[in-house]
Amino acid sequence: MQPFKPVLLEAVGVPDGHTITSYKSRGGYAPLEATLAGRQPADVIEMVKASGLRGRGGAGFPTGLKWTFLPKDHPGPIYLCINADESEPGTFNNRILMEDDPHQVIEGIILSSFATRASTAYLYLRYEYPKSWHRLQAAIDEAYAAGYLGKNIRGTGFALDIYLHRGAAAYICGEETGLIESLEGKRAWPRIKPPFPAIEGLFRKPTVVNNIETMACVAQIARRGVDWFKSIGVPADPNNPRDPGSYGPKLYCLSGHVEKPGCYEAPLGITARELIEHHGGGVWKGRRAKAVIPGGISMGLMTESELDTPLDFAGPGKVGCLGLGTAAVVVIDDQTSIVDFLHNSARFFAHESCGQCTPCREGTSWSLRILERIKAGQGRLKDLDILLELGQTMGMMPGSTICGLADGAAWPMKNAIKKFRGEFEDTIKRTNPTGWMVTDPVPALQIVGAH
Amino acid sequence: MIAPRKLLTDEMVAKIEALAPRYPNRRALTLPALHIVNAELRHVPLEAVVEIAAVLGLAPAEVQDTLTFYQFFHQEKPHGKVRAFVCRSVSCALRGGDHLLEHLCQRNGIDPYGTTPDGELTIEPAECLGACDFAPCILANDDLLKNMTPEAAEAELKKPRARAT
Repeated sequence: MQPFKPVLLEAVGVPDGHTITSYKSRGGYAPLEATLAGRQPADVIEMVKASGLRGRGGAGFPTGLKWTFLPKDHPGPIYLCINADESEPGTFNNRILMEDDPHQVIEGIILSSFATRASTAYLYLRYEYPKSWHRLQAAIDEAYAAGYLGKNIRGTGFALDIYLHRGAAAYICGEETGLIESLEGKRAWPRIKPPFPAIEGLFRKPTVVNNIETMACVAQIARRGVDWFKSIGVPADPNNPRDPGSYGPKLYCLSGHVEKPGCYEAPLGITARELIEHHGGGVWKGRRAKAVIPGGISMGLMTESELDTPLDFAGPGKVGCLGLGTAAVVVIDDQTSIVDFLHNSARFFAHESCGQCTPCREGTSWSLRILERIKAGQGRLKDLDILLELGQTMGMMPGSTICGLADGAAWPMKNAIKKFRGEFEDTIKRTNPTGWMVTDPVPALQIVGAH
Repeated sequence: MIAPRKLLTDEMVAKIEALAPRYPNRRALTLPALHIVNAELRHVPLEAVVEIAAVLGLAPAEVQDTLTFYQFFHQEKPHGKVRAFVCRSVSCALRGGDHLLEHLCQRNGIDPYGTTPDGELTIEPAECLGACDFAPCILANDDLLKNMTPEAAEAELKKPRARAT
């Protein structure tokens, strides 16, 4: 494997790497100054489009293309929302960027605001990141003092304020329209699209919502150039005109049963096996992996034999996973019950379903109750078919919900039961020797209330 | 006539008003206001909701609607001086998160979401704290407690801590 020198993570381990002095010494803010001095917003949009940068928050939508959906010649205001509600289980790359290199993020935000003609950027930060909160606020204060934020930035007439806005521990606020509703002071119920936020978003104005790592990538593209970015990763498939490719470096979060959990930067397209072996020091305690989550729990599961799948935007989908997601790789060893894993996943989604769409609210809640019952030794084989039916009917893809939370709940369920059905059946038969074949209705167990 | 405020101090209202220029309307101040009040009172009782609504020019039901959605702000009584969120999501669970939560609740004689009778400690299960590189982990006020064993966590949660910001 080619050695890869971290770029997005270049400040990690650098003493005072989070300060503006350190950031500027690494070449930071020079691209912003050059941009403000001699380039137009359209040039920045063109640069990001040409780089092939795809959003790092989970959906992988091309960032430059998203920006072009904003109406032309809008009188404003146009808003930029930065999604730092990072809540997908297994994911912590944004936390590292905000804590260790907040100026990289801020430079990306300023460049993106310049490109989209936004004069206010709201950074929606999850409550659970107090250190990020303090580091970001200190960095924003430094950026104001240095004249990179505020009115008439560097005499160009461009004005920008960045405001931190704190969440209150709800996963759904990471969905872009849920985030917008939450910022407006309401319950974070995702909106039906269209209209997309670019047309009618925050405070009913044109809005772009971008992820923290996406902002860091914008800063690096401005510093190192489009060619540099495109030289990394997996090029677009020439036989598939709809494939935008997977360019650039990516932060992979590795956790679970590995020797060295951590956030590792690698070219898009590294395989899960390479990540586990080269960066993670292997599966812990000398064990084997039973299953691996490719990109946050909503993306489903890969089996041990699927670990050579490249973790680019197209890879995980080829083995039945939902996608690359947040590139949070979670390793589950061969001593772990896949029933326990799925119960954990179902508990998460039942708790975090916002309750707006009935198929998700009821589907996540009932799948948890069924899994509670299986874990309590009262499972029936029929339950597996019921779980699969739930998994196939709730979500945006089957068309029964407004947002993708239910698809994320369904995917681990469908993957786990399809790829590990034998283990489910064995567990049910072993723990419920007299009742596993029964098909009568059952009373549900009491569970903790949903979100 | 507007009733005098009983729970929201002038200082809290000043903090809320200081944020007002950031937003084009006052409803967007709802979450910041709830955080400001919660940081002081360690809960946001219904009386405070009514007062926040009066400050923001909203119906109390609008503020209450938002508050209840998050299940983050306690309403009936204050949470402990230390509020410990014990992660139970997948990466922590794979490394003993559920056991950690059970141990801490049992040792402190409280149920999840409960507060010790002396008002010192509240223990709450949390979904992914975004610190999976340090699993299992706990967020105690502003402090991230990393790679916790049940024994280490028990000792950590006995320590006094600075208030959450």
